[in-house]
Order: sequence, then structure tokens, then C-alpha cells
Amino acid sequence: MIKIENLTKAYASATVLNIADLEIPKGQSFGLVGNNGAGKTTLFSLMLDLIQPTTGHITNKEVVVDESEAWKPFTSAYIDESFLIGYLTPEEYFYFIGELRGQNKAQVDEFLAGYEDFFHGEILGQKKYLRDLSKGNQKKVGIVAAFIGSPELIILDEPFANLDPTTQIRLKGIIKQLTLNRQVTVLVSSHDLIHVTEVCERIAVLHKGELVKDLNTSTQTLKELEAFFGGDGLPTQAVG
Amino acid sequence: MLRHFISLEWKSFYRAASFKTNLGIKILMFFGAIYFMLVFLGMGVGAFYLIKKSGWGDPLVVANQFLVYYLVVDLYLRFMLQKMPVTNIKPLLYLPIKKSGIVRYAMGKTIISFFNWSHAFFFLPFSVVLSMEGYRPLGTFTWFLGAMALILCNNFINILMNNKDQVFYALLAVATLLGASQYFGFFNITHYTGPVLYSLYHTPWTAIIPWILLSSLAFIAFSYFRNRMYLDAGLAGKKSVAQTEDYTWLNRFGNLGTFLKNDIKLIKRNKRSRTTVIMSVLFIFYGLLFFTRSIEAYDSPEWKIFAGIFVSGGFLFSFGQFVPSWDSAYYPLMMSQNIKYREYLNSKWYLMVIATILSTVLASFYLYFGWDAYLAVVAGAIYNIGVNSYLVLWGGAYIKTPIDLGSNKKAFGDKQAFNSKTLLLTLPKLILPLLVYALGHYLISPTAGYIFVVLAGVLGFTFKNKVFLRIERIYKKEKYKTLAAYKQKA
Repeated sequence: MIKIENLTKAYASATVLNIADLEIPKGQSFGLVGNNGAGKTTLFSLMLDLIQPTTGHITNKEVVVDESEAWKPFTSAYIDESFLIGYLTPEEYFYFIGELRGQNKAQVDEFLAGYEDFFHGEILGQKKYLRDLSKGNQKKVGIVAAFIGSPELIILDEPFANLDPTTQIRLKGIIKQLTLNRQVTVLVSSHDLIHVTEVCERIAVLHKGELVKDLNTSTQTLKELEAFFGGDGLPTQAVG
Repeated sequence: MLRHFISLEWKSFYRAASFKTNLGIKILMFFGAIYFMLVFLGMGVGAFYLIKKSGWGDPLVVANQFLVYYLVVDLYLRFMLQKMPVTNIKPLLYLPIKKSGIVRYAMGKTIISFFNWSHAFFFLPFSVVLSMEGYRPLGTFTWFLGAMALILCNNFINILMNNKDQVFYALLAVATLLGASQYFGFFNITHYTGPVLYSLYHTPWTAIIPWILLSSLAFIAFSYFRNRMYLDAGLAGKKSVAQTEDYTWLNRFGNLGTFLKNDIKLIKRNKRSRTTVIMSVLFIFYGLLFFTRSIEAYDSPEWKIFAGIFVSGGFLFSFGQFVPSWDSAYYPLMMSQNIKYREYLNSKWYLMVIATILSTVLASFYLYFGWDAYLAVVAGAIYNIGVNSYLVLWGGAYIKTPIDLGSNKKAFGDKQAFNSKTLLLTLPKLILPLLVYALGHYLISPTAGYIFVVLAGVLGFTFKNKVFLRIERIYKKEKYKTLAAYKQKA
């Protein structure tokens, strides 16, 4: 699904991302962990062609993302609040995204009915604009909107942060369900090692812009990650 | 304590992103400020002699008559433009500072605002001239003090009225009604207010009254905010009850309809965009300056086209120049969603065309000034649709100022909107139609002038696809820079 070759991103003097080679097959749930400034959001922004790579390319299902826009119909994402339109109500926002993805109102309504649990009665029919919702509820809207129209690649940056425990557990269930039939690829970044190991079958560790670990999740993974971030394995200097 | 506040204020001033523009623009703005100060000074000095020469009567009496409207207009401008001081207060709340200290500081800050002291540039020279021309110095002085107190009263009325749109619009309606009934001679409020304000001069001790009024207003504003210094009271942002709107009638336009729906909601639900619409309505009346022949410089015929362009294109200019900045808050979404640039631009274009047609219809009252006047408006509208709509979209690609939809800050212009590229683009927007008209007017006949302008518009319209392709390419080229710029909140 995703192929990355010799990708670097540099600002002035500092290289913030440097990935020589990474391939994410279709249907995988892929987790990205790393400390602040490790380059997680930078990588996601590059995948969405929101910033330009300094060198190298990202290929999304045979489409080079910074050369063609053909990846847009099957890719969706929620990175931060800049993916929400503040002056719309949640319903209007869902319909808007739905229309862009070829779903009519009835289809979106049907889709939303499946997320009633997830919304916990705090999103739909509240007579509030998105800008007036709490941070957590805004996030719920953004994440669910990213699922509209059966995208093949879903990118979620820190989806668990700011969510209440119940919603976190439900979100984990939803993500697992999505990748069950191997048709949808989900990319998730997180600071929470437990969540990531629970949801993702593969976990990569970014450290100062470099890919330092690439693990297939097993019972040992959490321990290994904890040891890494606890200091044992943490390289004091960026590799290379 | 005050020292801390002042140092905070200073930092917020010189560290503001907008402060770091280039030197040239700063110098330009400096001269701009000086220019306006001189204009005000000139008005202050000149007003006396102007009134005297025109034979309207005693200048002070006349000035007092107009003072009511002056105050209303001032209040209107304040409501639209003057920023409330509450925004920077939140981080101070939990610090060991007395709440009354914070409120006093915030209120004090509004007093030194430009909106207050700029009036002195008019009132001071006017009063000096008065006393030189033989008016009693004591009376003139108390009149000056009283007028300044009234201006300051406006300051506090504005604070109390902030975010209370209903109160404001009711006041505005009353003022308009009074103005209209004076114009048509039903009722003249100035017959009552004029003498009252004149007594500030005539009976000096009465100047105390505005000051009493001022101090009570200040006290009310102070206690109002002191009692409401809570996150969910005075410091809460205004939350409006939202209603989901479908606009299903727009569905027939397909993807274009999707964007149009959003744009309509954008305009309806955000303060900043509503201001833009109000401004474009004002533009419709701009032509009155030209067609009533009230300004001599505008008498030559090609200025009619200039007026026509502005009358029909108010919305086109004020909204269009900030495409795509209107969507700056969620530009990353727009750029990663399943959206084609063409459709996005097309919807903005349609919006501007619809607004231009609407303005032209509304401007049909210019028929009162003769066919000639309305013809200029229609010709201007066609040129706007055919040529200026592209130019505005094109220029927008280079204006990378994020727009805060929730506030009116910078609604009347922004330094960054004046870069060399956009300045260059104003030439074909405003000067070219003038030249085209003049060509027809002086070579053949006035009618030919109009025909030339219309032809230019039609010609532009036929090249729509070609031009859009170019604009699309520019937008794509500027995409990353635009995204990066929108990320830095001004």
C-alpha cells in the first residue's frame, strides 16, 4: 500500500525525518511511536502531501503522492483540529465529507447509526457548532469522519489522546474491526505504548527522525518498547 | 504590578507575527499614519472656516448639531473594530493578582486606544481656532472637555455592548431612523441635542455632566466585568445555538453545490465574513460620491466606470481577495480530501458572480441619476464577472494571511495583503477598465466606451477555462507555502 524510498525532510540545517526504506502492505494496522519531535506528524503530513519532501518519494498504491492527486479518493486522515470546519454542526460536517466521498445523505445517516455507541449521545443533535464542542468530542467527530466512504488507507495522528477511557476502548475495537478483512490499511501514531501494542500488528519506532525499530507485535513487544523508551535502548545520539 | 502588565503588553506588541513585516511596508504605514493625522488636523482647523464660508451659521452651533451623528458613527466603528481586552486575561486569573487589578488594567488599556485619542486631533485644533476667533476661552475649553468625555463614554458603552448584537443593531436602527426623518424633515433630533451640547460652551459648569456620565459608565463597566471574571461568565466566548441546515436545493449542482453550501454557511456563521458582506453593501453606495457630483475630481466621465466597478464589485473585492484564506483554519483538510482544485475555485467564482449580479440589481436605484449612471454600473459588473473575478482569485493565491473567522481584527486590511504581486494585479482590476472606457469615449462616443468595457468583460468570460487552468496551476504551486503560512496563527 505505502512505499517509502530515501525520504528525508530538512528545515534549514536540521534534518527532521530520514527514512531510507519502509513498506506497509495492504490491510496492515501499522503503529508509529516516538517521543515528541521524533517526526511522526511530519511523516503523516508527507503522506498527505501537506509538506514537500526534501528528497525521495512516498508511493501510495502506485501513486507518487507529491506528483499526482489520484491517492485522494481512497485515502482519509485525521491529524488535528485543522481537519475540522469549526462553523459547521457535526451532522453538516459528516454530510460534507460524505458528499466529497460520493456518499449521499441517507448513506451517511446509515453509516453514523453504526457509531451511536461511540458518540455516546454527545455529538449528534446537540445544536452546537464544532468549534463549541470539547476537545475530546471534536476528536471523535474527526476520527469518525475519516471512516466515511470506505477509504482504503486511514491515517490517524494520536487518536487516543484526549479521549475518555470508554471511547479509547471502543476506538480500539473499531480499528481492529476495520483491518479484520485485510482490505483497509490503518496508520496510527501514539504516545501510549499499551494502546499501540493492543491495536497494531506492526510497530515502528521513530527517534529523532530515524526509524530505529520495526517490530511485528508479539507478547514481548510491549516489554521491548518499554525497555527502549525507559532508557536502556534509547540512543543518546541520532543514528547516522 | 503595573510594571509586569506593561512589560507583557510590550512583548505582545513587538513579538507579534505581524510586526515582523519588512521595513518598506513599515515606512509606508508610518507615512500613512502621519497622513491621516494631518488630514484630521486639517479638518479640525479647516472645519471652522468651511462652515463660516458656506454660510451655515455659527460654526460651533453647526458642529454641535452634527456631534450626535459623529458620536453614533464613532460607536458603530468601535463596535466593528475595537477589540475587547478580555482575551489576554485568562492566563492571569490564577496568578496572585487581585481581580480588580486585572479589570482596572484591561479597562485602562482601552482608554489609551487609538479610538479615543485620535479624536483629539480634530477637537483640539477646532477648539483652538474657536478661541482664536473670539469665542470665550473658558467656554471653548469646557466644550472641548465635554466632547472628549462623550467620546470616552462611547468607549465604555462599547465595552458593555460587546457581543450584544441585538442591542447594537437596535441602536443602529434608531440612529438610521432619526437620520432619515431629519433628512425628510419629519423630526430633527439635532434641534434638541444641538442646544444641549451648545450649553457645554454657553454654561461652562455643565461640562461636569458628561464627566459624571463618564465616571458612572466606567464604574458600571468595571463592576460588570469584576463580577463576571469567570471562565463561564464574562470571559466565555459567545456560543450560539447551532442549527443544521441542508440547502438541498443546491444539491443539483453536484460537487459545486457542496462547496457553495459550505461557503454560504461560512458567510452566515462567522463574524469576520459577515462584516465583509456589510462592507460590500456599503460599496453599493460608494457610487453616490460620483454620480451626485459632490466631489469635483470625480467629474470626468471615465470615473463613472471606476464607480461602476466598485458598486457592483464590493463583495467580489472584499471577499475574493481572501480566497483561499477564508478556509485557512481547515486548509489541511481541504488539501487532503477528495477535492479537485477546479471545483473548489469554481464554487468561489460562482459565489462572486452571484454576489456581483445581486449588487447590480440592488444598485438599480442609480437609475434615479439617469440611464447613464446605471449603464456604468452594469458595464462595471460585466467587467467584474469577465475579468476581475479571475484577477481576484489569482491575487488571492499570493495572500497567505490566515483569517481568524471569529474576530474582526484586520477586517479592514492587512499589511500582508499589500505585497508587490497583489499591488501589480490591482492595475488591470481598476485602471485597465478606465483606460478601455476612455479609449472608446474620446475616440468615438460615450456609448462606445461602455461597449468597449462590456466587450472586455465578455472576452474574459469566453476564456474562462483557459484562465482557470492557469490559476489552478498557481494555486498548486503555492500550496505548500500556503499551508505553512496558515499554520502560523497571526
